[in-house]
Amino acid sequence: MLIEVNGEKKELDSPHLLADAINHWGYAGAPIAVAHNDEFVPRTRYATLQLQDGDRLEIVSPMQGG
Amino acid sequence: MTAPIWEIGGHSLTSRLLLGTARYPSLAVLQQAIHASGAGVVTVSLRRESAEGRAGSQFWNTIKELGVQVLPNTAGCKTVKEAVTTAEMAREVFETAWLKLEVIGDDYTLQPHPSLLVEAAEQLCRRGFEVFPYTTEDLVVAERLIQAGCKILMPWGAPIGSGQGLNNPYALRILRARYPEITLIVDAGIGKPSHAIAAMELGYDGVLVNTAIARATDPVQMGRAFGLAVEAGRLAYQAGAMPVQDLAEPSTPVTGTPFWHSAPGRNS
Repeated sequence: MLIEVNGEKKELDSPHLLADAINHWGYAGAPIAVAHNDEFVPRTRYATLQLQDGDRLEIVSPMQGG
Repeated sequence: MTAPIWEIGGHSLTSRLLLGTARYPSLAVLQQAIHASGAGVVTVSLRRESAEGRAGSQFWNTIKELGVQVLPNTAGCKTVKEAVTTAEMAREVFETAWLKLEVIGDDYTLQPHPSLLVEAAEQLCRRGFEVFPYTTEDLVVAERLIQAGCKILMPWGAPIGSGQGLNNPYALRILRARYPEITLIVDAGIGKPSHAIAAMELGYDGVLVNTAIARATDPVQMGRAFGLAVEAGRLAYQAGAMPVQDLAEPSTPVTGTPFWHSAPGRNS
């Protein structure tokens, strides 16, 4: 299935939990936050959120800001 | 000289200078500039992170080493939904309920969108955020933000990054007079330490500065200059400035002046 991550389409075996996908893409241990289809996903839900084909994810981390 | 402690959003701080962390030549210079300025609060942001890049971790570790309070922003957001989602993500990553709320309404001036800003502030205050709304100097918008639950307002001095200083000191003065109990911080448009002093002399509680320090030839020294300016402006406000007059009034006592002649216009 195809998941859009930060605007780029990524191939993923289905079915897949968000927590597994985050590890698979190499984000493990990084200070990140996630929005799934424009909704914030608390860290506590990563292990139970099942990704579906066509889902959109925003994965963000700290950056300089004014 | 250590400035008296002041309270903001449940935290005690000594400096009334808040610093943005963007546009510095390097993380090392940023770190030194924050230290030199004495600022106890720095703004941070969130951006898309690639799996390969770990720029976010590096930046965040640098900030954590400084032990300063962070104020996450919602820079770039143009809708209420974007701002609220970004705020929730920021609260989790930065582990703080403080939020500099930005909802931009115009791409050229980066002027905040008044009605969307108020709507986002209402939602975020209900969700338990300590909202620092980046707003204009508009009195009616300020009133709506306070009604929404904001205890802190951050009116702009001038457009972000413009360095123009205080474009509307009259309106800033009115805001101060109207809301003596609200924490007011001038955010955006400050270009020089003299602008920061002017804001503090108006009775503002603090000043948020980014580009003026980051883009200075020597950001570390400019950080120090701003730290001193904010403290000087606050002291001056507390000391009470003299009233302005149209005509001169001799500062040296005239009684007993040698060669004094009372006849006006006598030159020879």
